[in-house]
Amino acid sequence: MFFVVIGLFLLGVAVVLALGIIVGLLSPLFIAVPIAYNFRSIKVRWASAVVAVLGIAGTVGVFIAMLSLARGFRATLVSSGSADNALITRAGATSEMTSGVSLDSVKIIQDAPGIARGADGPLLTPEAVLMAPIPLRSTGTDANVQLRGVSPNVLAIRSNVKIIEGRMFRPGLSELVVGKNARATYSGLTLGNTISLGSARWEVVGIFDAGGSAFDSEVWGDAHLLNGAYKRPDTFSQSVTVHLASPAALQQLRDSLTADPRLNVDVTREIDYYAKQSTRMTTLITRLGGFVAMIMAIGAVFGALNTMYSAVAERGREIATMRALGFGGANVVLSFVFEALMISLFGGVLGCLAVLPLNGLTTSTMNFQTFSNLAFAFKVTPLLLLSGVCFALVMGFLGGILPAIRAARQPVALALRAL
Amino acid sequence: MKFSRLILANLFRKKVRLILTIGSFAVALVLFTFLAVVKSAFSRGTEIAGADRLVVVSRIGLMQLMPISYRDKILAIPGVKAVTHNHWFGGVYQDEKNFFPQFVIDPEYQRQVMTELVVPEDQWNNFLKDRQGAIAGARTAERFHWKIGDRIPIKTTLYGGSSWQFNLDGIYHSERAGGDESQFWLQWKYFDENAPDVIKSTAGWYVVKLDSPDSAVRVAKAIDEKFANSSFETKTETESAFAAYFVKQFGNIELLILTIGGVVFLTHLLVTGNTMAISVRERTSELAVLKAIGFSGRAVLFFVLAESVIIALFGGFLGLTLAYLAIPVIGLALTGLLPPLILSKSLLTLGLGFALFVGAVSGLLPGIGAMRLRVVNALRRV
Repeated sequence: MFFVVIGLFLLGVAVVLALGIIVGLLSPLFIAVPIAYNFRSIKVRWASAVVAVLGIAGTVGVFIAMLSLARGFRATLVSSGSADNALITRAGATSEMTSGVSLDSVKIIQDAPGIARGADGPLLTPEAVLMAPIPLRSTGTDANVQLRGVSPNVLAIRSNVKIIEGRMFRPGLSELVVGKNARATYSGLTLGNTISLGSARWEVVGIFDAGGSAFDSEVWGDAHLLNGAYKRPDTFSQSVTVHLASPAALQQLRDSLTADPRLNVDVTREIDYYAKQSTRMTTLITRLGGFVAMIMAIGAVFGALNTMYSAVAERGREIATMRALGFGGANVVLSFVFEALMISLFGGVLGCLAVLPLNGLTTSTMNFQTFSNLAFAFKVTPLLLLSGVCFALVMGFLGGILPAIRAARQPVALALRAL
Repeated sequence: MKFSRLILANLFRKKVRLILTIGSFAVALVLFTFLAVVKSAFSRGTEIAGADRLVVVSRIGLMQLMPISYRDKILAIPGVKAVTHNHWFGGVYQDEKNFFPQFVIDPEYQRQVMTELVVPEDQWNNFLKDRQGAIAGARTAERFHWKIGDRIPIKTTLYGGSSWQFNLDGIYHSERAGGDESQFWLQWKYFDENAPDVIKSTAGWYVVKLDSPDSAVRVAKAIDEKFANSSFETKTETESAFAAYFVKQFGNIELLILTIGGVVFLTHLLVTGNTMAISVRERTSELAVLKAIGFSGRAVLFFVLAESVIIALFGGFLGLTLAYLAIPVIGLALTGLLPPLILSKSLLTLGLGFALFVGAVSGLLPGIGAMRLRVVNALRRV
């Protein structure tokens, strides 16, 4: 009940704001005060207008930057998954890191219905997931790279992954293929180079492009050899990824595997698994960004209020003259609201332009849920830009409406007489 | 003071502007404290790390295990006071969202190594007697409303599946401000009996307490040399270097939030300062009148400065109070995502200093202008 009341209240506020902004923006169509008047007045009072514009631009910029960061992080993980693939983990495992599937189980899974079949058997890759400390190019300090031991037919299963340089590793040889972001982030992961991981030496024979997904930050090799190098029993893998005969076959596969008393596994669509892996980081960025943007929004509204109040104060005589000439109170209010909206619109657009170069910029951080480093790109979408501009207009409206009302309510005779 | 009424009158000549300027200062200060608190939370690990502790992990990676026999071998190295071994349990309490770190500990030495994490003696004795016993950090116990004697089920898929049951025997507190009070400790013996064969008789990492911080480099080298060319080589670092390894990996996110926030904070202060400067410039003719009736240039400068410093002081004070009240609430929203947010006294002082500095500078620039003002020119200006 309490939340319904709050919800209705917020809805009401949103409707009033939206109406106010729309009427304010469209006001030049029906009020008598010419627009040129507003633009000239902004020009005359440019110093205080610049202050307001900067405040709003900064707020909008931070707002969009934070959201695009969270969105990019999420998009990177989500795009790692494919709707045609299913990930099989131990029942209850929260990530591949805490999962384990035995070789016996893999043999049972192979024959399950719903799995696509290629020329040489079912399309399935039992994988080993490991972490190795490798120095970063930027700082020279170690960061965790995710190592994935895969089966040699993995490219047929993850169709979004393509070898762009060199070739795929050969089964049974100490060879690695490296994601393009991993090559750019870590030192020593270049084509033809030999590095030591675990107890073995490995040659980098290929670079792959996984379309900007989390795999781009990974290093892949033969699962059996990686297990050996890290002294892990080869009778276990962390997870099994299968290519489904069709996206709809997931249910069939899940029913068959979970009903089998010999197995104790969860079957997740790959895309859902990766969406879940992004939640903690995305929540953190969104909340931190949200707080910063909220505090700044209050500051920006103060800035807008200050600008508009001083505009009203300085133009006391002008406004009174307008009123004396016969312009109505509503005309004056709308004219001032329009002016505030123009200032905020300018600030909003400026903020958008300022963060636009961030789009596509690659950065990296440690994912809480896997403890390994993940490169991802900012994603500034048109929808984000639009919401940034709307945010700016809301700030402008809030900062303009009170001074506008004050302007209209000043007694004409008194204002004309004032010095 | 003699001229306090004049200064007050000037302050309140435009009440709305006064409120807005004070408000702007407050907002800038709230932003500043929030960012500083978040920054310290990100790098908490390195700040609280003991200078006299080393962390020993496997050379080939964090998740790799080492034989339990290393404990006694490390203990034999001169300069080592105590060694405890830990395991990452990685279980889930009720739901994945309820994250807190669970460590399998060595009850014999844990307290001698982690001296700042204090458990009351009777609780610790109960823990020792109870195979399924557990000790929780105060923050975690509070978060889930646990009381001593509660039975706590923790699901793990890493070690043998299903749910493990623990009895909460004690709650530890950190003597050092900002210490990690979120860990959950369980006994190694119980863990070892129930873990799968490949995990038995292993340790995830060792924490070494030294006789003195000065021997850190020597002992670290001695440990790594001892296990060189064995099938389980080690990598030994000071605790703060180990913590920095994690902090650095967050690197970019932290840097981004801080640079964005920092730039905005500075702009905000500049903008606010500019507003105050404008309000002085608007009164140029008034200041000229003051000088014309005999006030010295310095007195005029003093009036202007006093006004802007008072505004900054009020705004700064208000902002810090707001931050002081708001940060616990914000911290609640970030539980499980970041270490606790702590607002230190030095931070509050720094914030207030910042506000005063900006207040003084934004008053000084137009104030000096006013001091040098030639009365005739100023009065002629309309």
